[in-house]
Amino acid sequence: MNFDLSEDDTALQDSVARWVQQRYPFDARRKLAASALGFSGAHWREMAQLGWLSLPFDEQHGGLGGGPLATMLMMEELGKGLVLEPYLPTVLLFGGLMRRSAALRDEWVPRVIDGGTLGALAWQERHGHHELADVQTTLRSAGDGFVLDGDKVLVFNGGAAEQLIVSARSAGSRFDEAGISLVRIDAAAAGVERAALQVMDGQRVAHVRLRNVQVHATQLLFAPGEGHGPLRDTVHEATLALCAEAFGVMQLLQAATLDYVKTRKQFGVTIGSFQVLQHRLVDMLMALEQTRSLLIRAVCSAGEGSTEAERDLLALKVMVGRCGRRIGGEAVQMHGGMGITDELMVGHAMKRLMVIDASFGNADVQRARFAALAT
Amino acid sequence: MDTRLSAEDLAFQAEVRQFLHQAWDRELAAKCNNRATMKEGMEEWQRRLYHKGWMAPHWPVEYGGTHWSVTQSFIYNSERAAVGAPEAVAFGVTMVASVIIAYGNDEQKAKFLPRILKSEDWWCQGYSEPGAGSDLAALKTRAEPAGDHYVVNGSKIWTTYAQHADWMFCLVRTEASARRQDGISFLLIDMKSPGITVRPIVSIDGVHSLNEVFFEDVRVPMAHRIGEQDKGWTYAKSLLAHERTAIAGVGDSKRRVRQLRELARRETRGGAPLLDDALFRSRLADIEIELMSLETMELRALFEASKGKGPGAESSLLKIKGTELQQAIQQLMIDMAGLYGAVLGDSGHDFGNEARRSFMYGRAATIYGGSNEIQKNITAKAVLGL
Repeated sequence: MNFDLSEDDTALQDSVARWVQQRYPFDARRKLAASALGFSGAHWREMAQLGWLSLPFDEQHGGLGGGPLATMLMMEELGKGLVLEPYLPTVLLFGGLMRRSAALRDEWVPRVIDGGTLGALAWQERHGHHELADVQTTLRSAGDGFVLDGDKVLVFNGGAAEQLIVSARSAGSRFDEAGISLVRIDAAAAGVERAALQVMDGQRVAHVRLRNVQVHATQLLFAPGEGHGPLRDTVHEATLALCAEAFGVMQLLQAATLDYVKTRKQFGVTIGSFQVLQHRLVDMLMALEQTRSLLIRAVCSAGEGSTEAERDLLALKVMVGRCGRRIGGEAVQMHGGMGITDELMVGHAMKRLMVIDASFGNADVQRARFAALAT
Repeated sequence: MDTRLSAEDLAFQAEVRQFLHQAWDRELAAKCNNRATMKEGMEEWQRRLYHKGWMAPHWPVEYGGTHWSVTQSFIYNSERAAVGAPEAVAFGVTMVASVIIAYGNDEQKAKFLPRILKSEDWWCQGYSEPGAGSDLAALKTRAEPAGDHYVVNGSKIWTTYAQHADWMFCLVRTEASARRQDGISFLLIDMKSPGITVRPIVSIDGVHSLNEVFFEDVRVPMAHRIGEQDKGWTYAKSLLAHERTAIAGVGDSKRRVRQLRELARRETRGGAPLLDDALFRSRLADIEIELMSLETMELRALFEASKGKGPGAESSLLKIKGTELQQAIQQLMIDMAGLYGAVLGDSGHDFGNEARRSFMYGRAATIYGGSNEIQKNITAKAVLGL
């Protein structure tokens, strides 16, 4: 048993932390979030040069071969700066699936790594409620290829992405795990229409309308109908990464709040001298430590291929949702009037935590899944 | 980072299971769980631990400890809790022994440690007083030097097992100094000394484990003072973090949760197992998730402690969350028992009595070892710098 980080781990953590500190002062972040693209292409190129876009890919495919721990450290530090670049959609979702695809990885993994291709994963549908298998978008054979029809919603980075991976049903009925195929399409292909939307945490998403989109057999990531397994594994990986980001955001909020109560004076004393606030600050710390523990637990079990990995991940996502609400809410409350202004970081971080909770199924959804696990 | 067990760890785990299988039997469990035979049962259990060499794993080897790694300690405790075997009574082997080892002189070590190891002495803790609960430093029991003795007057309260104890480790005031913590000394008091009276206190669970202890001109040899006079607070404080960590009780809570699951498989609501009820499963899931988090939190704390830092301020968080969880488990169990959980004596129901007793006794957990509110004060100061 060992909970220490290796030298390599610490070096990665330090370099990301330094970059975030330099590139993401809060006013710079606000400007980026308000820009047309919603993030910085220059930052993205830097992240590629630093090798970070290659982090989770195997060495034989040009990556650094980092496991869940390396991704955790990366995402945690990105969380501390509320970083806007589409690391999750491009590297972890699009790249995560490409990494698993023997057919397409040689072509697409290098393009993710060099920063040349922005990607996204279009899996969610209006009535899907976070069920990966609830797929009504269809992929039908037509001639020597296929046609793709359906509507995908809330695709992370869906507006900026040049390439999309789409889940579609090629066989079976609505909730079947078998019969789901994954295809890569050009976001500019005929029949693809995107409606870009802004999310309250600053990130961009898109609804994607697919009408009679022509798909060649070479665009399939896996054998027809066999997409669900890799899709599930990739989403689990991304969920774990998202939880690590949430943990970074929580640390940001906790530190800012603690700092604030030590300086803000009312009734002639710092408000941190009031016991009622001290106890609530301890509750915040507890929430942070509970999250940290489950994050470490889930990262270790994922990295070690434990049979407990899914259970640990579900527990973590529940905790992230709940503790995120608690920490976000308390941070705003304890900042008083300032906490509800747009100019302070606190509200933005709280929104990010809310969006993370809602992504891939919130705490209630995850708890229901956890409770349903056979034990 | 790595949470896997090595081949040696797995071999150790097998050895622990083998030992528990032989040493912790039904008969002994019944003896330990019956309040009339508890003392005898615990002594028997501790003798079995002693013969295995596992009575005091955390002691230095020269006094009879083991060389267990953090992982081995964790394995032992998990396995022990999983079969429902108790820890050795903490007052002797865990609490006073660690103070004697750290601050006692050679004579004290030679006199007390072997007897603790062999369970020949039963210890109790004399800290709280009627006027000194959470505010422990307000204690007033006085020890006046008189030649080679102290003369002790005053009283202690909430003294668990004082009725069984041969010895008490006790905080007394030897100096009325400006800083209240400075005039306190740490004495080992023979409970058979003339002038000691023990008054039982029956607690909310109907059980007599607590007592009030009165001292009237009790003579205590100066040779039974640990360390220096007036420095007792320092020695006593070193115990508190250990106590809090132990109170978290992760292993025991895990066993309770398994028990809840088993009961919910058998209990029915509307003809279906309670375990299939969505609301019940949600409550159980909430407890399990918190427990998973607490387990890793404890492992992390143990790992940090193994690097020589000792349990630090994070032990307060463990105590708070551990005891909250114990109470959540007890609440769920007594809810399951319904009205049976309120009946005194045998109602023909299989776990009503147990549910009531553990619920009621469990009220103490958020109070003893420094109430959870005090733990928050400590954390606010020591960790958050407030």
